[in-house]
Amino acid sequence: MVRGSSVSIKRVGLTIGTNEIMAGIDLDIRAGEFVCLLGPSGCGKSTLLNAIAGFQDVAGEILVDGKPVKGPGLDRGVVFQSSEALFPWLSVRENVEYGLKLRRVDAAERRSAAERYVSLVGLKHAIDKFPGELSGGMRQRAQIARVLVNEPSVVLMDEPFGALDAQTREVLQSELDRIWKSTGCTIVFVTHDIWEAILLADRVVTMTAGPRASIKVIEKIELPHPRDPADPACMALYARIRDDIGAEVTRVLRAQGLIEEELVK
Amino acid sequence: MTQLTQTTNPAENQPAAFVNPSSQRKRMKEMRPFFISVVAIVGGLLLWQLASMYTSPLFLPSVSLTWAAALELISDGTLQQSILASSGRILAGWGAGVLIGVPLGIFMGRFELVRQLLDPYIEFFRFIPPIAFVTLAVIWLGPGELSKIALIFYTTVFIVTLNTIAGVQAVIPLRLRAASSLGASQWQILTTVILPSTVPFMVTGARIAMGNSFLTVVSAEIVSAREGLGALIWTARNFSRTEWVFVGIVTLGLLGYLFDRVLRIATKKLLKRYL
Repeated sequence: MVRGSSVSIKRVGLTIGTNEIMAGIDLDIRAGEFVCLLGPSGCGKSTLLNAIAGFQDVAGEILVDGKPVKGPGLDRGVVFQSSEALFPWLSVRENVEYGLKLRRVDAAERRSAAERYVSLVGLKHAIDKFPGELSGGMRQRAQIARVLVNEPSVVLMDEPFGALDAQTREVLQSELDRIWKSTGCTIVFVTHDIWEAILLADRVVTMTAGPRASIKVIEKIELPHPRDPADPACMALYARIRDDIGAEVTRVLRAQGLIEEELVK
Repeated sequence: MTQLTQTTNPAENQPAAFVNPSSQRKRMKEMRPFFISVVAIVGGLLLWQLASMYTSPLFLPSVSLTWAAALELISDGTLQQSILASSGRILAGWGAGVLIGVPLGIFMGRFELVRQLLDPYIEFFRFIPPIAFVTLAVIWLGPGELSKIALIFYTTVFIVTLNTIAGVQAVIPLRLRAASSLGASQWQILTTVILPSTVPFMVTGARIAMGNSFLTVVSAEIVSAREGLGALIWTARNFSRTEWVFVGIVTLGLLGYLFDRVLRIATKKLLKRYL
């Protein structure tokens, strides 16, 4: 069990050339909290995640456990949307052991840690397979194990289930819920799937569409886990978030001139 | 009822009888490309033999005359010695070229400054064929082994370097991010992500370079060597033995094919997970 770290985002913005991608983002994430960043595509939610990961320099300040982020670090694990992030020349076991090997953890300890986390994500039976031999869902499990084995206090997930089919996605969502509770880490999870956010998050942060993307609304969800989409409270929440995002999507479409085109037709 | 049993029975019994022909047919299908190649080779030899019957052996020696010449050159040990001499030079020069070309390509691909420093030279020299350097190589390195090995090294190193650079630049950026977030330093990213990702490109470069090494070794040996397949082809002139030229040419082709096969099988076995 790891202790989660707090993440605090202060006046964060990003300007590339004359394009203001995002601006004035303030968000405090509690240690051990599960926060979903939700918004239409191009709203900068992945950019914000990359900033926390240390891949992207931004204006303002990002503190993890009170310390400013300067580049990528082991305290923050990243699960990418594309399973191309796995190393195809390494087996699942070797992929998971990768981080430990870099830190020269001895072989026996590495082996048992890898097996523990591969079991946690339910991939024990495929531990010696190569990524190319696995389905999309299994590869994302492998990615999650590879990150968790380093026991990061913050796990950053960039639409990790976005490329999966609906059934696999549902299974992995409920497993992530279980894994999150068993590890105690902080999770920042980017998605554009409203149901996914409602099922998983303590708080859902809805972002406005870019340019000058920022936080639109923060919904606190205090329903018990596992959550049921048929629960009226979930339904009401869904309708509210959908309207918030719907407004943003309409704004984007109008800016792109797509709504007028539809009307003309 | 009887009609039914009559129609179903043979059908049920047949699979056992059918297994053999169908698996045989499958094997025939697999062997097809091989048979076609054999037919092509035998046909080519027949054409060669036919054409040689209408010309003088000095112009075009027949298949049988070439075969006899090969046996003659084998019996006095010339052919074996030539093969060994040429192979040795190729392996030494090619091996050194791969050993230098790979790290050079990695560094040039990864570090902008190294690439910018060396790029003008790479771009300049890659248009100059090794034959252009034969005379210089002999003047600088002497008529011995070193000059020939250096020329093969020269021809190899460019191809391997350029291919490796292309490989480094084709590394999926997501994997670099993943590695750095898993705690890899810049040096560790180089050795654990970039190097393995680049292997298919290195292998391609090494294989093309092997072909070019054969081209280079012949020209180098023609200019200055007492032994080797190039030398054999060249000295045949002094004895008016065109069939020796043919023996040399056929041996070069077969040797090249063999080297490429060995290289392919070895890389497939040893580097399987990276390909």
